[in-house]
Amino acid sequence: MSDIDLSAIRARLASASGPTFWRSLDEVAETPEFQQYLQREFPENAAEWSDPAGRRQFLKLMGASLALAGATACTRQPTEHIVPYVVPPEGYVPGKTQLFATAVPRDGVAEPVLAVSHHGRPIKIEPNAEHPAGGGTSRFAQASILELYDPDRSQTLTFRGEIRSWTDFVGAMAGALSAAQSNGGAGLRFLTGTVTSPTIASQLETILGIYPQARWIQYEPVGGDDVAGALGAAYGQRVAPVLKLENADVILSLDGDFMDSGAAELRYARTFAERRRLEAGGTTMNRLYMVESRTSNTGTKADHRVAVRAADVDAVARAVAAGLGVAGATAGSLPAKVTAEWVSAVVADLKAAGAKALVVAGEQQTPAVQVLAAAMNQALGAIGSTVDYIPSPAARVDGRTGTLTELVGDMSAGKVEVLVILGGNPVYDAPVDLGFADQLKKVAVRVHAGLFKDETAARCEWHVPLAHPLEAWGDLRAYDGTVTIVQPLIAPLYDTAKAPSEVLAAFGDNPAATALETLRAYWEGQFGGGSLTAPDGAAFASFDKFWRRAVHDGFVYGTAATAATIGAPSSIPAAPAAVAADALEVTFSADPTVHDGRYANNAWLQELPKPLNKITWDNVIVVSPRTAERLGLPAQRLTKYQAAVATVTLNGRSVSGPVWVQAGHPDNSVNLQLGYGRTHAGRVGTGIGYDAYRIRRSTTPWFATGVKVENTGDTYTVASTQMHFNMEQRAVVRSAPLPLYKAEPTFAQHMTHVPKYEDTLHGNEWQYDGYKWGMVIDLNACDGCNACVVACVSENNIPVVGKTQVATGREMHWLRIDRYYEGDLDSPTVHDQPLTCMQCENAPCEVVCPVAATVHSQEGLNDMVYNRCVGTRYCANNCPYKVRRFNFLLYADWDTTTLKMARNPEVTVRSRGVMEKCTYCTQRISAARITAKLEDRRVRDGEIKTACQSACPTQAITFGDLNDPESRVAKLRAEPRNYGLLEDLNTRPRTTYLAAVRNPNPVLSPEAAQVPAHGSGGHGEPSPSKSDEHGKAATAGAATH
Amino acid sequence: MLDHPKEAVPGARYLAPGHSFGSISDKISGIITGRTPFSWFIGFLIGFSILQVLLVAIAYLLFKGTGIWGVNNPVGWGFAIINFVWWIGIGHAGTLISAILMLFRQHWRTSINRAAEAMTVFAVACAAIFPIFHTGRPWLAAYWLMPYPNTMGLWPNFRSPLIWDVFAVSTYATISIVFWYLGLIPDLATMRDRAKSPLAARLYGIFALGWRGSAIHWQRYEMASLLMAGLSTPLVLSVHTVVSFDFAVSVIPGWHATIFPPYFVAGAIYAGFAMVLTLMIPMRAIYGLHDFITERHIDNMAKVTLATGLIVFYGYCMEAFFGWYSANQFEQFMITNRMQGPYAPYYWALIFCNGVVPQLLWSKKVRTSVLPLFAVCMAVNVGMWLERFVIVVTSLHRDFLPSSWGMYYPTIWDWSTFIGTMGLFLTLFYLFIRVLPMISIFEIRTLTPAAHAKGDAHHE
Repeated sequence: MSDIDLSAIRARLASASGPTFWRSLDEVAETPEFQQYLQREFPENAAEWSDPAGRRQFLKLMGASLALAGATACTRQPTEHIVPYVVPPEGYVPGKTQLFATAVPRDGVAEPVLAVSHHGRPIKIEPNAEHPAGGGTSRFAQASILELYDPDRSQTLTFRGEIRSWTDFVGAMAGALSAAQSNGGAGLRFLTGTVTSPTIASQLETILGIYPQARWIQYEPVGGDDVAGALGAAYGQRVAPVLKLENADVILSLDGDFMDSGAAELRYARTFAERRRLEAGGTTMNRLYMVESRTSNTGTKADHRVAVRAADVDAVARAVAAGLGVAGATAGSLPAKVTAEWVSAVVADLKAAGAKALVVAGEQQTPAVQVLAAAMNQALGAIGSTVDYIPSPAARVDGRTGTLTELVGDMSAGKVEVLVILGGNPVYDAPVDLGFADQLKKVAVRVHAGLFKDETAARCEWHVPLAHPLEAWGDLRAYDGTVTIVQPLIAPLYDTAKAPSEVLAAFGDNPAATALETLRAYWEGQFGGGSLTAPDGAAFASFDKFWRRAVHDGFVYGTAATAATIGAPSSIPAAPAAVAADALEVTFSADPTVHDGRYANNAWLQELPKPLNKITWDNVIVVSPRTAERLGLPAQRLTKYQAAVATVTLNGRSVSGPVWVQAGHPDNSVNLQLGYGRTHAGRVGTGIGYDAYRIRRSTTPWFATGVKVENTGDTYTVASTQMHFNMEQRAVVRSAPLPLYKAEPTFAQHMTHVPKYEDTLHGNEWQYDGYKWGMVIDLNACDGCNACVVACVSENNIPVVGKTQVATGREMHWLRIDRYYEGDLDSPTVHDQPLTCMQCENAPCEVVCPVAATVHSQEGLNDMVYNRCVGTRYCANNCPYKVRRFNFLLYADWDTTTLKMARNPEVTVRSRGVMEKCTYCTQRISAARITAKLEDRRVRDGEIKTACQSACPTQAITFGDLNDPESRVAKLRAEPRNYGLLEDLNTRPRTTYLAAVRNPNPVLSPEAAQVPAHGSGGHGEPSPSKSDEHGKAATAGAATH
Repeated sequence: MLDHPKEAVPGARYLAPGHSFGSISDKISGIITGRTPFSWFIGFLIGFSILQVLLVAIAYLLFKGTGIWGVNNPVGWGFAIINFVWWIGIGHAGTLISAILMLFRQHWRTSINRAAEAMTVFAVACAAIFPIFHTGRPWLAAYWLMPYPNTMGLWPNFRSPLIWDVFAVSTYATISIVFWYLGLIPDLATMRDRAKSPLAARLYGIFALGWRGSAIHWQRYEMASLLMAGLSTPLVLSVHTVVSFDFAVSVIPGWHATIFPPYFVAGAIYAGFAMVLTLMIPMRAIYGLHDFITERHIDNMAKVTLATGLIVFYGYCMEAFFGWYSANQFEQFMITNRMQGPYAPYYWALIFCNGVVPQLLWSKKVRTSVLPLFAVCMAVNVGMWLERFVIVVTSLHRDFLPSSWGMYYPTIWDWSTFIGTMGLFLTLFYLFIRVLPMISIFEIRTLTPAAHAKGDAHHE
């Protein structure tokens, strides 16, 4: 409004003749604004459509609404699936699932998988057993299905929060790059995670070639390439160990959780378990010594385990190395928990095994420990036998690949003009001392490409939504170097989502290249080299033949890295300065379910109980019972789901979180799990847990001393699915040391009294004419990795209930892994037991259901008829195994469109008020039965794999027909270790267990070598071997009652 | 007259002297035809308000699901089943009084049986709410548990104790209502004749079924009562036996016990008599019914309470003994857990309420002075509820596999449903005392000397 000249108004009014009516001073003043106002039909900005600029605005808004409408609908499917095929795709039968070989990356490394496609939708992940690195799947791979359909995924390309098109982005980047051209890209930086993809690596190499001054930075908060760095410094070549546990008789792990962390965990878990099968009369087992700084799944399988601080591992490593005669290693003073006898026993055992021995170092251990482990393997002659050192599969361009510290230095110096963050979330997970988020502001053009609009996206100008690995073409290397092809199963759910190679292409010479074009072009180039052959050695007739084979198999044959020859280390890094025996240490580890935080918005993983403490939806501050006492931290009160809150302060920065007193955790050590405390994770992961990155420094990423822990006096609700970790002298998990097993293989069957059928009211056992399904779970193999639980969730549409419901005791998992602690608080023996519905022959649930909603099938399954269930919950009460799950509320999400696509259409989505439970994957049984019937044959052994069995990396679960004496399950059931849980109740469970056998060193535990005189009247004894120890069985859980 | 050979008039000790047929009718019907005491309005208002809580709680339950309660895995049954058993148990005293004591010709029952039977009917009504609404899908449970012929040929599972429950409780409810109504007919006729408003007279008249008090009416009435008593008598034992099967048939330690049927029946009668006393003592004071509900009635009821209480306490002792004697680690743990586990305070409160407090009833002084007796009865009411809590919750929360042990914490909705049913009970009971003779007029008349003036014609 222009200024109003009051004197002019006065003059105008005075000069007017007749009565003058005026509405406002503006009117009298006749300002142009007022004139305009009078002429306008609508107020300003309400009727802009008449001019061309307004129309453009309209189209923009329209486009945005369309994009948003697309975002809300999210049901775009390839059109081929909507109309009937004229020529259907090869092998496609409507209603039948198809398998496609692909890979899911974690920390940049491929996990080869087969994705199950149902009607064009990927709905399940299965292992790709043909892949050299395949067999079993991880919990993360299983959960990638939910990640794909996560409604919180980034759906639009944005610039400063406003929606832009891909062309806008490419244009803007072209502008930025032409500016960079002049100085050779001195201000251009690419920040990626670990890159194993040969295509991406070659793209980056090309880009670095165009811009000679540009740099490429790799940063992974967890699972980076540090081992190769450490060994590279000592051996002159960046190598990483690949364990061949199948050959190892004696294993010493120096803080290495090799079975449950790292890219090769599945293979290691399988090959380790393979050596503990004890089938068909076998009596030889490997032996694992574990020195660890936290409580890991691998540690629970150890035959001898000592828990020491991470800083103390070096001393143990040196002592053992000195014992093995490693040049340059001298034994210093040992931590109190590790005796010289222990070390000499381990040394003797390793020496006796010679080339069959193996020393493993944890990825988070110091370079010194890495080098010592390699040197010990060399001294033992183990290299080539139990371990290979292969060139690290991580790609890099020497001299051009920098570290995050260098990048932040450049950013703060103002040298960085364009920063492209491809994947990753450094604003959240960069070491806190670098101040990455603050320095990021100094970069003019900040580009982030990611699956989510996360913390980093929020601080970048440009955000490009990345396509999910199940939506995009690409390639990755597995841990052993094998190139694995990533193929899409579905077009990107969101139009603007781009594959990583497509985002990179925008910076290269061909911005329009699609991921498939780039990938094919790269491999066409590789194929031209002529070195690629089929597994039978024959050369491929054409590139097309090669390509079809590679895509079909999911990998390129012959690309596994060949072992490098490593000589003696140039030197063994000096021992670190001694840390006072009572100095408190903090260790950081990836969270067992949300990893480094990237899976924080994955509800399947959030609700997955953490292996050791069964906590869901939170991370905790783990301390040992002794340290908790010393620090005045009260133990968790699980009967009330309450834990004390403590503050951990390191170098002036602190975080607060719930305290978990963990039996078997090393004293004077506090473990924090990364991955929580996200601020921009999505509706699932935002704002839960504490953010351990806030005290993690670049210099001490894994452990540090000088930490202070204080009790705040507050309490916090922790939702643990298991309240009680003490077996209460019940023969639940049955185990014995190897000597006892040798003396009495059927030890497990004598622990309880199993009534004979003819002694019971039921009289004779029911005879099944057709199939008689059964399952055997080998407790010796299970390491509690949880992959089966997520596989079950994915296969059976099991709903997520949320923290509050878990803390009310209402988790819905059909399959759970029970964990029991035995022995004393400081070094307990830990047992795992996967537990599903036992499909009892005399099922207590069936008798009590008033409406016959749970009945026995003619194949012996305990069927649950959801439609008939009225929800009295009597069956759940009467189930001695407590495996039935009730929909107390409407747990299944019936509204979110994308989640509907993630469901298995073969399995009913249960509604409120209905009981559910494990069905032995009855839909898989039906499918196999139908196929067999069509082919006029019986179902073959191994043809049906339950979801849990298929996912299990250690093959602990076997399913099959008990009526077929040649079936694997029938043979396992005949094993002497076989026992039924709670069989004394005469439930006759169809699922039975193979008792665990441990292989302690007779020198270290002479009592285990003693075979107690065992009479025939042993029935009812809780445990023949450990009956004296049971009296003092206590756990962290029990201590809190 | 074998039970009271010294008495000139049977049951004379149970009626204050000086009453005639007329004075009894005047006194009892006067409660209805006369002015309603202010306290009735207060009481009714309280009961009716609490009833609204029940309605809200059930509406929310239907809207959200069973998850609004504290039930979980492993404790699949919580307040709902506790309250169900508690209410059903309470009802038993009414049936015992009206049926068994009638067959045993215990004349003292006449002044309390009407209210006790009403209590039974209302308690069963309260109890019936729980098994239906505790299910996940009550709209289906309401009829799928019934054996009705259908095109799918589906029948309920007759092996399930819950089906037995359906039959037991529905039979019990039917018989209780019919028996109660049968006993009301002569009094409804009295009310019809004495009603002040034509509408009331008409309504009473309809329900009196044309009762004129002729000899043939009385003869048929007596026969029908006897038959109903005969039918009801086994129910006293069977209903709670079947309810106890819900637990005893299962495999859960703490439930799977042969002692349950007798122990539950005794507990039911115990709880029922305590509740009858809880209701009678204030009612007697408010309406001045000391002539009809004499000290001897109170004393007799207290004695039954003591006797059944001792049986129940014996049950607790046996439960503990067999927990140990079974040499079964699960049973042994179960009893140890009851005594020392997280719910130990409830167990010891139960022992105190049901084991220790009733011992006061050995003293005649306590039995005949209403305030201490009322306090004892309240303790028993609480104790019997605790008993069901201990049985249901502590058995379930820690059963076989320690990994699946859990805890049960009732929510606000558990409490509001429970308290709400008390509102329903109070509302019904207040309506009952307002519109129906709370004491059987015609049966009290048989206690007067006049009824026996020409020999004991009535009973011979």
